Amino acid sequence: MTNIKPNPSSRKSDPNRRQVLAGSAAVVAVSALGLPVGAQTTTTPAASGAFASLGVPHIRRDGAEKARGGAKFAAEYSYPGMVYGALVYSTIARGTITSLEAAEAEAAPGVVLVMTHENAPRLERPEPFYSSPTGMAGSSTPVMQDAEVLWNGQPVAVVLASTQEEADHAATLINVAYEESDAVTSFDVAAESAQTSFYAGRNLLIEEGDAEAALADAEVSVDLSFNTPAHNHNQIEPHAVTVLWQDGILRMHDCSQGVDLSAITIAKVFGISPAEVHLSAEYVGGGFGGKTVWQYHILAAAASQLADRPVRMALTREGVFRICGARAPTRQRVALGSNREGRLTSLIHTGTTMKIENNSMTEPFFEQSEHMYRADNMHLEIRAGTMDMLANTFMRAPGAATGTFTLEVALDELAERLAIDPIELRVRNEPDVNPTTGRKHSQRALIDAYREGARRFGWVPRSGERQGYREGEWQVGTGMAAAYYPYKRFPGGAARITLNGEGGALIETAAADMGMGTTTATAAVASERLGIPYEAIEVRHGDNTLPGALIAAASQQTAAIGASLTAAHEVLLAELVSLVPATSPLHGLPAAELGTAEGALYSLADPQQRIPLVDLVALSESGTVSAEGQGGPISEWTQDWSMHSTGAVFTEVRVNSVTGEIRVPRITAIYDCGKILNSKLAESQFRGGIIMALGMTLMEGASFDERNGRVMNPSFGSYYMPTHLDVPHIDVGWTDIPDPQAPTGARGIGEIGMSGPAAAISNAIYDATGKRARDLPIRLDALM
Amino acid sequence: MNPLTYEKATSSTDALERHDGDTAKFLGAGTNLVDLMREGIATPTRLIDVTSLAQSIEEQSDGGLRIGAGVSNTAVAEDATVRAQYPALSRAILAGASAQIRNMATVGGNILQRTRCSYFYDVAGSRCNKRTPGEGCDAIGGFNRAHGILGVSDSCIATHPSDMSVALSLYDAVINVESEQGTRSISINDFYVLPGDTPDIENQLNPGELIVSVDLPAPSANRRATYRKVRDRASYAFALVSVAGSLIIEDGLVVDAGISIGGVAPKPWRATEAEAAIVGSPPTEEVFRNAAQIALADATTQPGNVFKPELAQRVIVAVLQDLAGDAQ
Ligand SMILES: Cc1cc2nc3c(=O)[nH]c(=O)nc-3n(C[C@H](O)[C@H](O)[C@H](O)COP(=O)(O)OP(=O)(O)OC[C@H]3O[C@@H](n4cnc5c(N)ncnc54)[C@H](O)[C@@H]3O)c2cc1C
Ligand code: SF4
Repeated sequence: MTNIKPNPSSRKSDPNRRQVLAGSAAVVAVSALGLPVGAQTTTTPAASGAFASLGVPHIRRDGAEKARGGAKFAAEYSYPGMVYGALVYSTIARGTITSLEAAEAEAAPGVVLVMTHENAPRLERPEPFYSSPTGMAGSSTPVMQDAEVLWNGQPVAVVLASTQEEADHAATLINVAYEESDAVTSFDVAAESAQTSFYAGRNLLIEEGDAEAALADAEVSVDLSFNTPAHNHNQIEPHAVTVLWQDGILRMHDCSQGVDLSAITIAKVFGISPAEVHLSAEYVGGGFGGKTVWQYHILAAAASQLADRPVRMALTREGVFRICGARAPTRQRVALGSNREGRLTSLIHTGTTMKIENNSMTEPFFEQSEHMYRADNMHLEIRAGTMDMLANTFMRAPGAATGTFTLEVALDELAERLAIDPIELRVRNEPDVNPTTGRKHSQRALIDAYREGARRFGWVPRSGERQGYREGEWQVGTGMAAAYYPYKRFPGGAARITLNGEGGALIETAAADMGMGTTTATAAVASERLGIPYEAIEVRHGDNTLPGALIAAASQQTAAIGASLTAAHEVLLAELVSLVPATSPLHGLPAAELGTAEGALYSLADPQQRIPLVDLVALSESGTVSAEGQGGPISEWTQDWSMHSTGAVFTEVRVNSVTGEIRVPRITAIYDCGKILNSKLAESQFRGGIIMALGMTLMEGASFDERNGRVMNPSFGSYYMPTHLDVPHIDVGWTDIPDPQAPTGARGIGEIGMSGPAAAISNAIYDATGKRARDLPIRLDALM
Repeated sequence: MNPLTYEKATSSTDALERHDGDTAKFLGAGTNLVDLMREGIATPTRLIDVTSLAQSIEEQSDGGLRIGAGVSNTAVAEDATVRAQYPALSRAILAGASAQIRNMATVGGNILQRTRCSYFYDVAGSRCNKRTPGEGCDAIGGFNRAHGILGVSDSCIATHPSDMSVALSLYDAVINVESEQGTRSISINDFYVLPGDTPDIENQLNPGELIVSVDLPAPSANRRATYRKVRDRASYAFALVSVAGSLIIEDGLVVDAGISIGGVAPKPWRATEAEAAIVGSPPTEEVFRNAAQIALADATTQPGNVFKPELAQRVIVAVLQDLAGDAQ
C-alpha cells in the first residue's frame, strides 16, 4: 500500500489546494483549519497535541464489545414472558385470501397466538418515505388489515410461541388459500405504462437544448443500452425487533438507521403519540438503506399487544428477502455525442425502473449525469413502472451505483472511438461549475484523483487501442471509471453536550451507528469542538429519547452530527459565560468572544486568558453543565454551492479464455470527499463499498421469477456475494481537502465506494477481451 | 422444523436396528439434512447419528483404498495416499463448499446430498416433482442456470451437486451398503438413477440401508488425473460445470482415458463414449475436441443454461490437454 503523507504545512493554505493527497494509512493529526467553525483559528490552542482528534485513526469504540460478543443487538434483548414470532408469507403476487386455516397451528405446542387480518388490531397505514417529513416506512401498504395480497412474500399470518422453534414449526401448519388476480410481475409489461417519475421533490426529467438532434449531428457518438437487476439487502444482521408494551409505552429494541423517525412512523400506525414509543438501536449490524420501517415491526408490536406478551421477532434470511425491500431493476440508455476533440455535445441518460403503487421511491440513476460532465445538450429522464412486488427502497448509493456503471462505460466506449485516453476524455469534460445548476463547486479535485490514481495504479494511457495482453489462459486488461455521490444533509440534527466535573463530556444524539463508527467519529468531532481529550468523551446514541431526529442515510449523518455539535457548543459557551466568576479576566466577555480548548474556556482575543472547564463546572449548581443545539438551517447545498463527492477507480481484470471466469486482482481508488475525519473508518468504508460493488458487478442479483413475482434465491447459498477469495488487494486513498461549506469539512464517505468499480471492471474486461459487458451481473457465459 | 428425537448409533448393526421405518433418517454431519429439515423438505421424526461409525481410511490387500462412510471430507482430501494416488478426488473435495463444511461433512452424506435446485427448496411457493411427485416442475421455464443438460427429463432437470462424487465416478469407486438383509456393493456409476418420471427416486439405496464405506480400486500406474471446477465466484459455490479427467499415455498414444462431468446431470456424468473415442489416438487437441463433442452430443438446454454444453466441452478439452501436457 502506498502512503502519501500529507504535508501539514500546506493544509494552512488554500483549502482547495490540489497538490496534496493523502494515502490509505496516512496518519496525521491536523488542525481544524479550513473548517467553517469561525472562532477556531491558528491562534487557538485547539489544534495541538492530544486535542487534535480529527483525522486521527481512532479504532472503533464498539469494536471490542462486538469482538467479545458483548454488544447487544435487537434480537438479544429478552423480557420475562417473552414469546417468539414467526411469519407466514404469501405465495402469490396479487389476489385475495379466501381461507386461512390456523386451528392446527393454534393447537401446536407452545403456541400463544396466531394473528391474521381477521384478528389483527386496526392500524393506520404506515407513512412511507417522502409522504411526510417523518415517513420512514418502505411503503404505505396496510399491514395485515384485510384479505388483499399485494406481493409475493407478503406476511399473511403471525405466530407467537414460547420458543422460536415452536413458532417456526407452527407457521408451517397454517394453510392459506387464495383467489389470484392478474398481477404485473413482468418488467416489459410494466414498462409499457411507465411514466416520467416524480421523486424526492422533483420530476426526474432534465432537458437542456436538443440532445437528440445534437447526438445525430455529433462527429462521434455512442448509443448504448444496459440492464441491471434487482438486488436484495443482505446486512450481516437480519432485521429483528424485540417489543414490549409497558406502562403505556411501546418499548422497541430495533436495528433502525433512524430511531426517531422509526418511532414516529410506528406511533402513527398505532395512533399513539411518538412520546409513547421508546425505540432504541444501540448496535445495528449493517443498514445500507434497508434498516427502516418494514412490516415486521408493526406485526411484532400488534401481536404483542394482542397477546399481551413481550415479543421477539427476528426475521430469517428468507424473511428479509420477502419483506424488506432493496434496489429496483433498471434498463438504461446512455448516448453520448462529442466533437472530435472529445468535448461532449450531447448527453442522454434515460431509462426505466420499477416501483410499487404504494411508495414514491424511484431509483434515481441519472444523478451523476447531472453533475459530472459538461455537455452542450442534455436529456435526462427516468420513467418508473409499477409492479406487484415487494416495495423497492434505498440501497447503498441509490441511483449512483448503477447510474455510474452505465455512464462510465459509455464514456469508455466514446474514448475508444475518439482514440483519446479515457482519463483525458474525462478531464476535457470536467465542468468549471455544476453543469446543470451553474453553481460553483464548494470543493472539487477530481482531476487530482485521476492523476493520483493513475500514478498509483500504473495506468498506461491509451488512444483507442486495447492494452490487454495474455498470460496463459488468462486475458488481462485494465480499466478505469469515475465515482460519484452527492452531498446531502437532512434536517433534524440535534445534540446535547454535558460537561462533567472530571473534565469529560457526554454527547447525546439520536444518531444511528450501523457499524460504520458513528460513535467514534462523533467523539472525535466533539473532542475537536470542545477541546476535551477524545478519551474523556462519552457518546450515547441510537435512542429516540435523545435529542435529534437523525437518519444514517445518504452518507450525511456525520455532517449532520457535526452541525448539531457546533450549534450545541454555541449554547454551551453561553452557559459557561454565566458561570465565569467576577474575579476572572474572562468576566464580562460575550460568548462570541470565547472558545474552549485544552480543557479550558479562553478568550479568543487573548488565548492566555483561560479558566479550566472543571473549575467552571464546579461552580454550577448541579455539578454538570449541559447544552443542547439543533443542526440549524441547511444552507450549504440548498443555496449557492454545488457539493458532490467524486473519485477515480482503476481495476485490473483477468478473464479466463477457456471458461470466461472473471477475476479482479487489483483495484485502486482515490476519492475526493472533503476532509477525512478518521482514516481507519474511511478506509473500511471505501473498501466495503468497493467489495459490495464488486459483488454487484460480477454476481449479485435477485432471481425475481416473472411468472409469479417470487424471489427464488432468498438465501446466502444462492444469492451470491463475494467471498474472501473474490476480493483482491484494494488500494484506497483520498485528496483530504476540507470542504469549506460542509460542517466538519467532510462530505460523507459511506456510499461512494459503490459507484465506479462496476464500470471500471466492465471497461477492463473490454480491454482484456474486446467484449463489452453492459448487463449486470457480468458472468462467465457473457464472455465465453 | 418438526419435533424429533436424536440418538447416536454405536455400530452399523445398532444403526440398522434403530432405523425403524419411514420417519427415521441417518444423520451425517447434517450440513445438508438439517438444512432440508429447516426448509420442511425432509421431515424425519427420528435422527440416528452415524458419524462415529466407519471412521477410517484403510489400504486394501489388492492395493485399493477403503474409506469409511463417516470419514470427514477434509480427512479424505488430506490423506497422503489419496493425494498421491487419487489426486482428482482430493482436488474435487477441496473445490467444494467451505473449509468449515468440509471439516464436518461425511463421505456418506456427501454422496447422498440433494440437489440445490431453488424450486426444490421453496416448499411454500413452488412446484417440484422431486418433492411432490406429479406436481410439476417450476424450474422448467424459471431460473435454471444451475440445471442439467444431460440425463434430465421433462419432469426434472435438477443436477446432483456433489464435487466429490464426480471424482469417485472417475475412479470407478464402489459404494458398500448394509441393511438388515445383508451387505451389497454398488458401483458409483450405477448408484444414482436418472429422474425419468420419478425424480423423487435418486439412487439405488433402499430405505433404511446404510452406506458403510467407499472402495477405490487400486491405482493404475502412469495414470494422471485432475479435477477442474467452473463456478460463478472464486469459492463457496456449486459447479456450473466441473470435469474430472484422467489419461494414461504410452508411446505417444492414449491407452486409457477417463472423463466424468459434474454440474450437468442428475449424477456424475461418466462420458464413456467420449473416453472410447480417445483411447488408441494420440493426445492431440483435435482428438480431445472430438471426444468433448461426443460427450455433449445429447445435451438439451434451457434458456438459463444454454452456455453449458460449450462450457463443458471447453473444460474437457482444457483438462485433457493439461494432462497430456503433463505427461509429455
Ligand atoms: C453452503 C454450502 C455450500 C456447499 N457447497 C458445496 C460444493 O461446492 N460442492 C459440494 O460437493 N458440496 C457442497 N456442499 C454440500 C456438502 O458437501 C454436503 O452438505 C455434505 O457433504 C453432506 O455431508 P453430511 O455428512 O453433512 O450429510 P448429512 O447432511 O448429514 O446427510 C445427507 C444425507 O445423507 C444421508 N446419510 C448420511 N450418512 C449416511 C450413511 N452413512 N448412510 C446412509 N445415509 C446417510 C442422510 O440421511 C441425508 O439424507 C455445500 C453445502 C453447503 C451448506
Ligand atoms: S428441476 Fe427437479 S428438483 Fe427442480 S423443481 Fe423441477 S422437479 Fe423439482
